[in-house]
This record gives sequence, structure tokens and C-alpha cells, in this order.
Amino acid sequence: MKRTNRDRRRFLKQGAAVAGLVATPQALELAGGSAAAAAQTVVDHNALESVLYGKRSRFVTTTREVEGRSHSEQTLIRPHPHRPSARTPLAELTGTITPTPLHFTTQHHYGIPDINPDEHTLRVEGLVDRPLVFTMDELRRLPFVSRVYFLECVGNRPNPRAETVTGTHGRMGCSEWTGVPLSVLLDEVGLRDAASWIVAEAADGGKHTKSIPLGKALDDVLVAYGQNGEPVRPDHGYPLRLVVPGFEGIYNVKWLKRIKVVDQPYLSFQEHSRFLTPNPKTQRDAYDFGPNSVITQPSGGQELQAHGAHVISGLAWSGSGAVRKVEVSTDGGATYREAELAGPVLPKAHTRFYLPWRWNGEEAVLQSRCLDERDQLQPTEAEYARYWNLTRGQLYGTVQSQLGHCNWIQPWKVGRDGKVTNGLEPVDVVVDVHA
Amino acid sequence: MSERNIARWTACATRGAVVSARRRTRLGGAVALLAAALLSGGALQAQETVSPSGLGRPLTDAEQHDRIVGPEGADLPPGSGTAAEGEMVFARRGCSACHGPTGLEGPSIALVGGDITTRSNYFPIRHWPFAPSIWDYIRRVMPYDRPGILSDDETYAVTAWLLYRNGIIQQEEVMTAETLAEVRMPGRDDYQQPGTWTPETRRGFRILTEP
Ligand code: HEC
Repeated sequence: MKRTNRDRRRFLKQGAAVAGLVATPQALELAGGSAAAAAQTVVDHNALESVLYGKRSRFVTTTREVEGRSHSEQTLIRPHPHRPSARTPLAELTGTITPTPLHFTTQHHYGIPDINPDEHTLRVEGLVDRPLVFTMDELRRLPFVSRVYFLECVGNRPNPRAETVTGTHGRMGCSEWTGVPLSVLLDEVGLRDAASWIVAEAADGGKHTKSIPLGKALDDVLVAYGQNGEPVRPDHGYPLRLVVPGFEGIYNVKWLKRIKVVDQPYLSFQEHSRFLTPNPKTQRDAYDFGPNSVITQPSGGQELQAHGAHVISGLAWSGSGAVRKVEVSTDGGATYREAELAGPVLPKAHTRFYLPWRWNGEEAVLQSRCLDERDQLQPTEAEYARYWNLTRGQLYGTVQSQLGHCNWIQPWKVGRDGKVTNGLEPVDVVVDVHA
Repeated sequence: MSERNIARWTACATRGAVVSARRRTRLGGAVALLAAALLSGGALQAQETVSPSGLGRPLTDAEQHDRIVGPEGADLPPGSGTAAEGEMVFARRGCSACHGPTGLEGPSIALVGGDITTRSNYFPIRHWPFAPSIWDYIRRVMPYDRPGILSDDETYAVTAWLLYRNGIIQQEEVMTAETLAEVRMPGRDDYQQPGTWTPETRRGFRILTEP
């Protein structure tokens, strides 16, 4: 099947070259092929619908991967249809930008609000000289920036031993965001001396509310209306969302309707109970992500078809800034070699790396580690467990419920048969929420 | 990448131009003269009412009433309520349809009892660190299917009832802006206030290559 596609593509190209034009059926006939077969593949893309809004090749069928309902979800009665979480299909993507329709989304307890941008406003109030309400039109008349930032759920890595990289790391994506720096808006309203935090509120039924330290708000937070060159899509917060670079996903309030300037963190509904635990260590860490990286190719569930030349490729990122260096090991961490950064290398953004590699048919354990611009190095699983003073079993037991920020190195094992599996050893999970 | 250096309206001339545009569209003649006088005479006063861009409008009364209340009671509105009144609100406003007649039976989450550490209840009321936050949540988010329908008094009442049912206040205590702010939640000390943040701080788990 794959072979045929490649042949057809080459053949289309030749046809085009002969005709000196695009690949019309006539051109294809000149090239000596079957025009009827080729025309079939073109016709859908000639339809007006496809001319107006480009379609993928019918051979590209990648989708997000839907997650199951969490236990807490199953116990609740909700008036809205449940919208499940969906992961980014990391293994199928290239480069650094996640196509918006494939960008992960978390479960939406209150459904996706259907917001008319002509009626939507953003109010900025609290400890300010002049509380003001801005229309979407007014927001677009303010100075703006476009920046590339990754966005990751704090609960990424829900199952470190999952089969595929989408299963282990799929709750993240990277986009070019366009919008007004929050510092510009705060200048518009004028900060009072007592101001030290902001509280951001969403327009959905749950009024998602999150406290952010003022230092961060003034640094690089964006009030974004654009994602990857188009309006932010509804499941990402249309028409307006907060982008809090390098911080946990939950800070990036969607459907943003209010910024309130305050003098203390509010610890509102989304900031305790399920989301913040009475563990001082976890609380201290609850802002930006440490250095991280993962190999997406070859990765779990894939199969190497042949010995010889391959390229190991993946993503590296850090909530603290730019990636300085990525190293790749093919022997489970005994030795590392520096990988190439495929560029662009931007702060708090996914960075693509690769390393050419020859597979000789022997077992290999592939893993990467990231060093960021602050000389922070990605830890191994053992180092991570030691830091939290947990056994491996306890570590896995608390991964989902408490820790988050699971940035330890991910090994992938290549078997003699070419099959790639998760290289993290099996573990007897100890569920101990007090740990 | 700090955005502090982005180009914005700095020149006085720009502000003047924007304000005169506002004057044309919004202000009547006399007020306009006053605004112009303020501008030429005292830039300081003008700064307090007009944003650098001249964009944005003040909040309406309705918008001002829709508030986010602080954990220690900041911006709680006037009003009051008791547990006895709250029990009636709970039935009248349909809370019981989801949370059960006494807040325990479901079908949705129980609002009485529970312990976060055993996960017997994912959202125990006792575990909220601040009582005014419960008022705030109910006022803005509940009832789940028709958020915002409760009055301020109804919200005080139903909050009082939930606090009473969870053994946090006495049955006859009247909840107001002052008394609610004084309620001390049993789980309060389990939480540490989140620390402040600067771009220079190193946080969280990282291995540093430097000693
Ligand atoms: C349609 C069902 C429904 C109705 C009606 C409803 N609730 Fe809820 N309530 C929920 C759900 C579901 C949650 C959990 C919300 C979440 O997970 O985001 C909740 C959560 C809460 C919480 C937070 C509990 C905690 O400890 O975190 C409170 C308090 C609450 N409701 C009070 C009320 C009150 C008071 C009313 C009536 C004015 C009401 N609810 C009406 C479904 C409902």
C-alpha cells in the first residue's frame, strides 16, 4: 500500500514535469500512466469545498486520541454532554507546531461555550486606577505580539508506562499565539501599589478561575485571539484565552472574560481539592515545567522495518526558557551523543531534535535528555523518585493524583524484531495519597 | 521573553488625539470643555479616567455586581442568611435535585462530609481553605444548570447551611460579609499560600549541572 502511494506521487510529479503544468489527466496520459486511476485521487481536491478550505490527503488520517473518563467524571451528574480529553498524536507529527485540530484538549466539564465575538468583552478590574471593559474589536486595536509557546497539561505523563508516545506524553502541543501582552492591558487600567496577583476568569459555565503572580502576568503572559494564524478555535478558548508560557496548562484560562487585579492568591475551586494537595513540596512547584524531552520516532508501538540508516527524532522543551542542548543515548543512558536541533529554537517552545543512527539489528534502548538555557538537566526516573523521597511503586501511585511535572527521561526499547516498546520497567504501583 | 518593551502609546500628543476623538463621540459640549481643560491643565487627573490608548469603557452597574470574592472576604456584598433559610433555598432553587435533599444523597457529589485523603468524596466542603470562596463559587457557578440565579442573600443562606451541615458553624449563626470572613475552615492549615514568582527564581525539580 505504502509503495503504491509513493509510486503514484513520483508519477504525478513526472506527469507535471512533462506537461510543464499541474498534473492534469492529460499530462498523466503523456507520462504513460493510467489517467483514470490518477484522476480519482485528484477529483476530491477539485471540489469547491476543498478549494475553499484545503483538505489533507486521503492517505493522511491522523486524529487526536480520545481518553477514557476519569473516575471522578463517572461519579458526577452534569447537565452538559461530557466532552472527553483528547491527546496530541505526537508520533505522527513533524516539526514543532501542532496543527490546531490535533492539539490536545482537556475534558470540558461545562461543554464548549458558543461565544459570539461581537458580544464578548474582557473586563480588567480590581486594584487598578480605572476598571475597563474592552470589546474584541478594541483588543485588536492594541499592540500585539506573535510568539511560539508549548502548552502542556500538568497531568501529562498520566501513565509513564503507556505503550505509545501519545499515551505517555500526548497532553501537550505547541502553537504560535497572537495577542495583546497582558502587561499592555494592565498599563491601560493602571496598577495600584497593593497589586501583587491577578485572577483570571473564564466565560464557561464553571467560570474557571485561576490566580497568577503579578510578576508572571507582567512578564510574558498573552491575552491571545490568534492561534497558528487563525482565530483561536472554540475548544481552545474562542474568542479569547490566556497564554501563560511555561506554566501548567490549567493557568491558560480559555474563553477569558475577566482579569481581576488582587493582593493575594485566591485558592478558588480550581486551585485546591483535586488540583492542589496539602503537600508543601507539590505546592511550591505548581508553576512552570522543568526541562523535558521525548523521542517520538522511533517510539512505542512502531516497528523498524530494516537494518541500516534511521533517524532518531523527538521534541525537547522547558518552562524556564530555551533548550540549550539535547543528548540522545542508544544504550539506555550509558553513553550520550549530542543531537542536532532542527530549529527554530525558541524559549518555552517545542524544539525538534534528531540524531542519525544505524540500527544493526541488536537490541537498543533509545532515550533523550534536555539541558535548558539555565543549565537545568532533565532527570532520570531514579533521580526524580529520590528527590520526592518515594519508592518507584509510590512514585507511580502518586503520578496522576498529585505530582504532575513528570519530566523524567523516557526510554524506548528496540527489540531484535524491530518492535519498539516502552523501556520503563514494570512496577507494582503503591497507591498512597499521603506520600 | 518579557513583553515589557513592546511599542505602545507614549507620546502625549497621541493621548491628546485619542481623547479628543472620545470627546467627539461620547462627551457633550460642556463636559468636553472640562475634559480639555483637565488635559491641558492637569495631566494627572486625566490619567486616572482615560487609558493610554483611550480604548475601553467603565463597568456597568450589572457588571460591577458580578464579582469575584476574595478568600478572606474582599468584595463580599451586603446581605445575610442563616442555615434554616439555606435549607429552604437548597430545595427551592433545585440544588437538591443533584446533591440530594440533605446534600448527601446525590445523584451528584455529596456536599456533606467526606475526606480528601480517602477519596471517598472528591470535593469535601471541609477541605476548602476559605469560607468566602464557597460563597463565591456558589454565587458564580451554581446551580450547575442555571448559574447566577441565586441572590446574594440566598447565597449567604445556602452557604450557612452547608457550613452548618459540615459541622463548621453553629445552626443559629447568621452569615454576613463580616461573619463569613471570620469562619475558620478546618483544612485551612493544610494549604501553604503559593509563593510568588519572578523570572529569575529556579523552581521545581531540576538537576542543575552547576554545583
Ligand atoms: C445539575 C446538577 C447540579 C445542581 C442543580 C446543583 N449542583 Fe452543585 N455541583 C454539581 C456538580 C456536578 C458539581 C461539581 C462541579 C465540578 O466538578 O466542576 C457541583 C459542585 C458544587 C459545590 C462544590 C463542592 C465542593 O466541595 O467542591 C457546591 C458548594 C455546590 N455544588 C452547591 C450547589 C448549590 C448551593 C446548588 C443550588 C443553588 C447546586 N449546587 C446545584 C451539580 C449540581
